[in-house]
Order: sequence, then C-alpha cells, then structure tokens
Amino acid sequence: MPLLSLKNLSKRFDKTPAVTDVSLDVERGEFFGLLGPSGCGKTTTLRMIAGLEQPDSGAISFEDIAITNLPAEKRGFGMVFQNYALFPHLNVLENVAFGLRARHKSKKEIIERVKSALELVQLPGYEKRRVDELSGGQQQRVAIARAIAIEPALLLFDEPLSNLDVTLREETRGELRELVTRLGLTAVYVTHDQEEAFALCDRISVMVGGRILQTGRPRDLYEHPAQLSVGKFLGRNNLIRAMRLSSSKSELGEFKTLEGGHVIRIPVADKNLVPLNQPCILAIRPEHVLVTNSTDKLENVLPVTVREINFAGATSSIKLDAEGLVLEALALDANGLSVGDTLTVVLPPERIALLKNE
Amino acid sequence: MSRKVDTAEGKRDTETRGRGDTERITNRVPASPRLFSSPRLFLLFIAALVLLYGVIYPNIHVVVASFQQNGNWSVSNYVQALSRVIVLESILASVGVSVFTVLLCATVGIPLAFLFERYSFPARRVFALLAALPLVLPPLVGTVAFIFLCGESGILARLIQSTFHLEHSPWSLRGWPALLLFHTYTMYPFFYVLTGAGLTRIDAALAEAARSLGASRTRVVTLILLPQLTPSLIAAALLTFMTSMASFSAPLLFGGGVRMLTLEIYTARQRGDASLAITETVILAAISLSALFFFQRYEGTRKFAAAAMKGSTKKRQPIARGGARSLAIACGVFFSLLLVLPVATLLLVSFAREGNWTTQTLPTAYTFANYVKIFSDSRASEVFLNSLSMSAIAAVAALLWSFCVAALLARKGSRKLKRLLSWLILVPWALPGTVVAVSIAESYGQPSLLLGSFILVGTFWILPVVYFLRFMPLVVRAVQASMEQLDATLEEAAASLGAGWWQRFTRVTLPLIWPGAIAGTLLAFVIALGEYVASVLVFVPTNRPISIAIASELRDFNLGTAAAYGVVLMLMIGVIMTVAARLERSRA
Repeated sequence: MPLLSLKNLSKRFDKTPAVTDVSLDVERGEFFGLLGPSGCGKTTTLRMIAGLEQPDSGAISFEDIAITNLPAEKRGFGMVFQNYALFPHLNVLENVAFGLRARHKSKKEIIERVKSALELVQLPGYEKRRVDELSGGQQQRVAIARAIAIEPALLLFDEPLSNLDVTLREETRGELRELVTRLGLTAVYVTHDQEEAFALCDRISVMVGGRILQTGRPRDLYEHPAQLSVGKFLGRNNLIRAMRLSSSKSELGEFKTLEGGHVIRIPVADKNLVPLNQPCILAIRPEHVLVTNSTDKLENVLPVTVREINFAGATSSIKLDAEGLVLEALALDANGLSVGDTLTVVLPPERIALLKNE
Repeated sequence: MSRKVDTAEGKRDTETRGRGDTERITNRVPASPRLFSSPRLFLLFIAALVLLYGVIYPNIHVVVASFQQNGNWSVSNYVQALSRVIVLESILASVGVSVFTVLLCATVGIPLAFLFERYSFPARRVFALLAALPLVLPPLVGTVAFIFLCGESGILARLIQSTFHLEHSPWSLRGWPALLLFHTYTMYPFFYVLTGAGLTRIDAALAEAARSLGASRTRVVTLILLPQLTPSLIAAALLTFMTSMASFSAPLLFGGGVRMLTLEIYTARQRGDASLAITETVILAAISLSALFFFQRYEGTRKFAAAAMKGSTKKRQPIARGGARSLAIACGVFFSLLLVLPVATLLLVSFAREGNWTTQTLPTAYTFANYVKIFSDSRASEVFLNSLSMSAIAAVAALLWSFCVAALLARKGSRKLKRLLSWLILVPWALPGTVVAVSIAESYGQPSLLLGSFILVGTFWILPVVYFLRFMPLVVRAVQASMEQLDATLEEAAASLGAGWWQRFTRVTLPLIWPGAIAGTLLAFVIALGEYVASVLVFVPTNRPISIAIASELRDFNLGTAAAYGVVLMLMIGVIMTVAARLERSRA
C-alpha cells in the first residue's frame, strides 16, 4: 500500500488547466521527485498534496484515508517553501517553534525539540537570531528545521534550493538527502533542475503541460525516456528523425534517417513496434556517440566531419556532420581533433532509444 | 482503518516516527466544509451588523424618505426640488466648481510633481515637504486662515489698500474665484502627491529605451510617461472631484452667491425643510457615486502591468544652467511662501489681542491671552477633550473594525461576498460628510426599526458614530494595503505547520500588518479631530468638537481665539502625523 496516493487530480485556474489527470503513488520512506519545466503544474500538484489548493476533481489519500478536502493545518505535513516563508517578526526559535506551539506542546518540550531540530540542520545556538540577519543558506536551514520540528508525516519541498548559489546548492543537496534518510521521512520534492532531481530522488515523475509523462527511477528515465518531450527535457539528446524500413525482418529494426539517409539498426521489442514507413525519432545521448577511427565490424558506423569543438572544462562537446545529419558527441579529450577533420562515429544500438513521435 | 505495515521498510519508518504518528491520528478529523468555522461566523455577523446599521439602513432610509410624501410613494419631492431655480443652480455650482477645481489642481500639481521628482536644486527636499502641507490642514482651519490672509479685510487686501491709499478693499473674497482659489490651494496636493508617487514607480529604463530609439523629449513625455501616469492622474482627479463636491467650509464662509449643494442641504435643514434636505442629499449622493463609478471604470481600462524593475531608477537631474536654476529656486521659494503664508497668518492672528485688529494691516498688540483663554476657561477647553475622546473612540472602533474586515477578506472565500463587503465599506467614503450626517440623523432621529425607541440624535454617541462611518474606510484601506504587501506564503507556511485560521491571523498576519494599521488609524484620528462638515449638522451643544468652537468664535468676531484653536489643532495633527510617518518608515 502506498503511503500517499493521488488519483486523477485535475485543477484549473479560471479557464487555464494547471494540472490534468495526475495520478501517482509515493511509497513509505521514499524520496519522490516532481520534475518539469516552469509552469508545468508541479508546484500546483505539491500544493494540492499540502492542502493549500483544492483539486477540481480527483482524490488524494494518505495511509489509505481520503484527505482530499482536509485543510492544510490538519494534515500534519511539513512544507519547505521556495522563498522559505520565514516569519519576519519572529526569531529563529519562534519560527521553528511555530508548529509546536500550534500543537500546544509544553514549553519544555518545545525548547528541546527546537534545539534538536536546529542541531539537525547544523545551526545549533541560533535560537535568538533574527531571521533577517541570516544568510540565504541559513534561512533555508531554518525553514527545513521548522518543517521537521513538527515530525511531519510527509515532507514537501517546493524548489527549496533554487535561491541558493551553485556551490551552496550542491552542498545543501547532499545534507538534505542525508537528513531525510536519517529521520526516516518520506519526501515529495518539486524541482525544475534535472541534476538536482537525479541526485536526490529515488523516483521521479516528469511533468510537462500539467500532465505526468513518465514516472520512474532516474536512470530509467534518462536512458529510456518514453516520449520525445521527456527525452528533450532530460539532458542533451541527439534526436534523429527516421523512418522504419519495410525490409527489416531481423530482431534488429532497420531505420533510415531522413537527414543523411543513413541506415541505423536498433533492437525493437514487439511492444513498441513502430509501423513500417512511419516517421519516428531515434534518440542517443552525446556521451554515447563513440568517436573512433577503427571501423571493426560494428553496427551503425557513420562517416562524419568535425564542424565545431566547444571546450567545456572536463569534457568537450563536438558538433559533427554526417552528410547532413548533425550529431553532437561528448569527448573527454578533444586534443587531437580540429575542425574539418573527417572521422567515423559509432552509434551503439543498445544506446539508441526509439521515441514516440507526438 | 487498519494500517498495513507489511514491508520491512514500512516497519522501520513507523518506529522512527512513532510520536508524530499518534499525534496525526488524533488530529485527523473527517473532511468538513471549511466555510463556517465559528470565529468567521462571528466576524461575519459583526460585519453584517455594522454595515446594516451604519451603511445600508441609513442610506436606504434616506432614499425611501425622499420618495415619500405624507406617507405615500411619490416623486413630488424631486419635482418640487428640481423646479426650484436655486436647487438647479446649486447642482450646477457643485459640479462646475468641482470640474474647474480638478482642472486647476492638475495644472498646479502635475508640473510641481515633475519639478520635484525629476530635477534637483538647492533646498528641494524642504520645498517638496512644504508642498504637501495643505493635506494636513483641516478645511475649516484653512478657510479661516485664508480669510485672515486674503479676505477683503485680510492682511493682503489691507496692505495693498494702505500702500496705494485706496478707499475700499481692492477685492472681495467671494464667489467662484474665491472658491476655486481655496480649493486649488487645499486640493492640488492630491495631484502633486499621486503624480510624484506615480513618477517614482515608472521604470526609468523605459524612457531611456525610448530616447535610444530616437524619440524626442516631448515624445517621451507624451508617449511613455503620461500613459503610464494615467492611473495616478485618474486617482488624483477622483479624489479632488469628490473632495470638492463635499466641500462645505469654504462655500459657507466665502461662497457668496455660489451656493453649493452641501450648503443648500445645511440651510434647508436649518430652515426645518427636512424633505428638501433629504431630496438634495440623495441628489448629492447620486452625483458622488456616479463620479466614483465613472472614474473607477475608466481607471480599470488603464492599468499597466508593472514591468520588472531592476537597477535603473531615475536619478534626479541637477539643474545646472544659471538662469533655469535661479528660476527654479525662485519658483520654489515663491511657492513655498504661498503655502506657508496662510498658516503663518493664522499663527500671527492667534497672538493678536482681541478687538485690536480693525483697520490696520497687521494686528497692533500681541498677547498670550487667547491661548490662556482656550486652555483655562473650562467651557473653552472642554472642546479639546470632546474632540479627542470622540475621535479616539471612532479611531479605535475603526481599527477593530478593519481587522474584522481584513480577517474576512484575507480568507479564500466567495469572491462575490468579498466584493460586496468592499463596496459597502467604500460607500461612506464616497459620500460627502453632509450626506453621511444627514442620513444618520434622519434614520436615527426618531424611533426606528433598528434601534427601537432609542434615539441616537442628541446623544454623545452621534458624533463618534458619524466619525467612525466617515473615516473607517481609510483604516480599512490602510490595513488592506498592508495585507497586500504581505507575502501570501507566510500564511500558507503557518497552515502547513498546523495553525488554524484564527492562529494564522493573530500570530502571523496581525503582527505584520500592525504598523500600517496604526498609521492608518492615526490618519483617521487626526482627520476626525478637525472634522466640521458633518459635526455642524448633528453636534450636541453639551459636547462640541473643536471645529464648532472655532466657527462660533469666528461668528462672535473673536478672531484671535479662533486662530488659537486652529493653531493648537494643527499642532496636535502635526505631532500625530509625525508619529504615523515614523511607523510607516519602520515598516519598510
């Protein structure tokens, strides 16, 4: 039985649909991500889980109890807001104690629990500070401490790291994951940052245009995107327009690229058999495009010309032209290459994903 | 409901979160509609009660009464009123004076705002502050000061008379020119302040972008600045028009042949012609409300989304060239003198020995006797206590009321209900003081449906009630403005932490809107302190406010005493406004 379950949630703002038919299950102890570009409805979904918005239709249940219309204050979920939403008129102690006061805890217990919450976020002794004296990172930690102090049944994050600078973001990310695991909490985490979602989450739902396109473990999403928009959204991809050839009989499907007219063979399982002579999209990650000089009996070998080399620190991105088909490859070391060189690349069949063309 | 804990993972989690779990279970109640939590019901009840007694019933009562004659429905009141030349004239006079007032105030206020906002020159800040001075001047006090300064036997007239050895006063402060002069003096700050505020909000980068695209200076002003200023200008025009329609002290003291509606209503009531007064009241109210709708409608079509402002805020251009610079300074000095002179005159006259200032340019003998008199004579000094206590009652009530309204409006709820509430609250603000006073006096001057045999008119409570109704919209506005600045996620954060509606309001919203609310309350308080228009219609002789004392001293030709009252009133207002400004700044 999943801990949290959303069934066919839909929400409109005036006439604009924000969330359409969203269903998902979050297991106990899971760190669950909602990933999508801005305006995709992920925050609205989170706010419906929190009880800050009411869905127009659909149901939310927690531990198998319907909570769809339960007010936010009765849900007992902790939430960390994008702008932190710290109470400016209260100090750190009073901010963290807010939820405990609302639960009418004894003074002694409040002090103890605030203290341990602040220790957990590595801000011990900050009780008497004013929140506007704190740095962004510290405010962020207070917001987290405030949410975990109430021992939430579920912890909700709305892009909590987006206001931090890059180094701090990566550091906090690690600590956050560690903290949630240590406390045995279940978390739902909203972000538009794919790297962040991959680093933090056990499972991710990719949302675009108010709908969930795909849900799965980060690696599965990355390597086997189910749709073109997922493939486009998650990392860089070479998207090759192609047509399945009628001649292909073997378990390796044969495709002819529309640009360049190359023949590419990939394994096609029956379930996503693409109709013959229909356009489709083949996707391969730049890091999977092998730049090589040897042409041993490998499949999918294409002759290419180097068009552009972009140095990007640890790696270099190389733009290649295979008789009209533009490919991007990632190389750890592009020292030997220069623009105009001709070489060959290999597109390993097992690395090529066949995408539905929407 | 049984909770299955069949996976190993699940078991571990329940154990680690044991305490939180039990809490949650006890907290969990079946999903219930959120609309009728009990404090909300209570507040709704209070709001409905106040609006019913203060706004709905009195106004409906007056409208109904205006359509009745000898107990029958009839339009004969209107037929009679509109067939009188004097009523038609007063309608035309009110509207005409107000339209011209708006035009004149715009002519003075807008260029002044441009001058002070766009250019810097020596002592600009002092001049800029002085320019807003008439805003804190109670209309009656301003009128009195104007008479002392520019009246036909005022300082300026006598100065010219004695310099040129004229037989008569060179002018008389009467009629249209006098009214328009005074209205412009007291109401141009609406344009000045709102245009200034509008100018600071405009992203300077827009003007720079236009210049870089080759637009000339005049094109920038007409195509970029003015369209963006339109909302501010409309708001200023509305305020000016409404204030002018409601103007009473000036028409009373030097309107001459120009009989504005407010004055007509007053004299009709003094004559005992209640049905004419009521009919005229309804006409005045109808004109004011139509103006409000007209302007708001127009304003709605002219709203611009505030462009994101980053960096470039317009620096004031220093006026460097010698000629322009001296001219700007000269204008500033001249203008400030104009503004300060009436107040200075009031101060001077307040020290004049009574009966000593007859034909001379300036009073000849000075004394503290006027101040001693108004503070030592118990009949004279009690007006301060009266005004202070009545205004304080009204202001505190307005504060409590605005929190009640804010709590109701803050909640997600029926949009229609909220709009109705906001609209009903706005009504007493949009109606001239004369209308509010007459409608309350007419509704509660005899045994009524709502109050039974209790008659409000003639009691101490009539003025606090009228003050409350007239000025509570100001406080509600201030509180609403503070609420709009409030980050909405704070309340959501409080909700997610388990705070119910009442806790969220008292522990998050209230502490954060407090400074703005107090500033608004103080503003309402000082305006109530100097209130005259409504007071003169319904005051009780045993409980006179300051303004009535000033008017009666003036009638008895105790000019010094009247001036002394005025000066003390202005001092009180000045002190309180300073406190309010401090609060306003501490919020930022």
